Amino acid sequence: MRAVKILERVLVTIPIVLGVAILVFLFIRLTPGDPVDIMMGQGGAVSEGEMEQLRKEFHLDEPLPVQLWLFLKDAVRGDLGYSYVLKRPVTQLISERLPATIELALGSLVISLLIAFPIGIISAVRQNSAVDRLSMAGAFLGISMPSFWLGIILILLFSVQLKWLPVQGRIGFDAQLQNITGYFVLDSLLSGNRIAFWSSLRHLILPSLTLGAPVAAVVARVLRSSMLETLRSDYVTLARSKGASEWIVVLKHALRNALIPTVTVVGLQVGILLGGNMIVEEVFGWPGLGRMVVSAIFDRDFPLIQGTVMIYAFTFVMANLIVDVMYTYLNPKIEL
Amino acid sequence: MEATPELETFWQRSAYLWRIRLRVWRHNFTEFLGELRNHPMALLGGLVIILFFIMALFAEQIAPHDPVRGNLRVRLDPPSWIEGGSWEYPMGTDAQGRDLLTRIIYGSRISLLVGVLSVGASVLVGVFLGALAGYYRGWFDTLVSRFADLLLAFPFLIFAIGMMAFLGPGFTNLILALTFKGWVEFYRLVRGEMLSEKTQEYVEAARVAGLSHPAIILKEILPNIIQSVFVLGTLRMGHMIIMEASLSFLGLGIPPSIPAWGSMVAAGRDYMLVAWWVASLPGIAILVLVLAINLFGEGLRDILDPRLKVDV
Repeated sequence: MRAVKILERVLVTIPIVLGVAILVFLFIRLTPGDPVDIMMGQGGAVSEGEMEQLRKEFHLDEPLPVQLWLFLKDAVRGDLGYSYVLKRPVTQLISERLPATIELALGSLVISLLIAFPIGIISAVRQNSAVDRLSMAGAFLGISMPSFWLGIILILLFSVQLKWLPVQGRIGFDAQLQNITGYFVLDSLLSGNRIAFWSSLRHLILPSLTLGAPVAAVVARVLRSSMLETLRSDYVTLARSKGASEWIVVLKHALRNALIPTVTVVGLQVGILLGGNMIVEEVFGWPGLGRMVVSAIFDRDFPLIQGTVMIYAFTFVMANLIVDVMYTYLNPKIEL
Repeated sequence: MEATPELETFWQRSAYLWRIRLRVWRHNFTEFLGELRNHPMALLGGLVIILFFIMALFAEQIAPHDPVRGNLRVRLDPPSWIEGGSWEYPMGTDAQGRDLLTRIIYGSRISLLVGVLSVGASVLVGVFLGALAGYYRGWFDTLVSRFADLLLAFPFLIFAIGMMAFLGPGFTNLILALTFKGWVEFYRLVRGEMLSEKTQEYVEAARVAGLSHPAIILKEILPNIIQSVFVLGTLRMGHMIIMEASLSFLGLGIPPSIPAWGSMVAAGRDYMLVAWWVASLPGIAILVLVLAINLFGEGLRDILDPRLKVDV
């Protein structure tokens, strides 16, 4: 039964992915003006013949439905077009930058959970105490803070003033690292390169903290409120009356059930991790997808923007799907 | 209880109804203010918002200097509380020798205007489509709901960045990009509320009394939903302001010639090592305003609509 439900949920995702692709396709086609003009910049450096050639190459001389069909056909085959500025296939450019972005997103997720869980649990257990009030005020601050500003403040504090952590980049110049997977922390572990490991980890801390702060804030608030609810429930009272120690009650009984709403919220934060990453990559000079798409925007490199936005949306849809499926395992009573 | 007066003309009847409405609103508002006293943080948030509005409205009168023209002889001067700073430029100056306080005051105009306009436009579109979809259902509901689902497949900032990439920077385009995605939440709220309100007895009664469908939507159901919309609108305003600041920070929002907090932080980034205040202070302005809006919004939700499960 569960398998059927999961399959149904997967099938619902297909039209959404298709719709996303169509919307992204329409982005450029609905922009006023000739796409080739826009693509080439209206400087007139390209001759009329070359423009015609480009129109043919990108099927712009075909009717819109045909163009859409060709675009979708290519996208399914993993061909997202060709970057005019970087003169390379978009898919190749994305796959080169993706590990950096995923590494940053994972780093942020780890940091945000490391912050949110102790704060959420302690705030719930010690409700209305000074710790609780202070933590929740901090969480509120985290939600209201623009991430680009937080990044700059962290750089000023930890890099400029205290000189504890590097300002920019993914790894120091002194660390010679052999590229195996593209994930620097993992690569340095695989190749047993201790210098590279510490260097990449130190570079990862500030951007992850910046990107993870709003996520930590939201997760801590949700965890606290769902913990408060479970701590008041009958089975927790029963566990207490049976003489279980307070921490066993909190961690084994209350936390386990409070995790269900928390997982959903963590899943929803993937949007923040993906969206915020453009900003954080820009602030910390992190060579990932976000930074690439921002420069593509200034270069008016539309195929690259189109491809990257599509990959972002696709990842977001997939992350939501995974969360929904996880949810059924955590709480089998829930229907998808 | 005063006796109902004789009302002969349409205008007399309308005037009488409006008088009653105003009295109810005034009563609700007084009650709301009383409730607000029990939420000191929300009250504080409200006062800060009012202060920012006053600052934006009277920028010309309050600001000590010109926001655009600078004086290169005083470039990167520190704030007054730091050695080398002066009261002439209380928050210091930027790389072009422009007074930061003045630019922060003028920058509040953009943030508040974008917040109010993008939320306002999102409310209009979302409430209109949500009311129609929730009341009439059918193909229109399916069509709009599927389109809304599609927009939800994009993280907000990525969608806004994508749209701004194609539309180009500028104030109108910014409002358009934020509204294009912003209406979805209001749509979902109003559609959901419409669906449940439609089954209530008072709607049935209005139908039996011969009221037309648009009249039922506008006069009967919407007044019951509008409080939730107001709460959600306040909570989303801080979000929109951060979105604008983020886009301006990336150079995709407001053109650099107009003082906006996001682009001020971006410009100050290059001087972080020598003049920390240029990037830090406009960021504090964003933080204070958004914090105030969120505090006020949460208080508003607790007072007006505790059912509404919306997080900032």
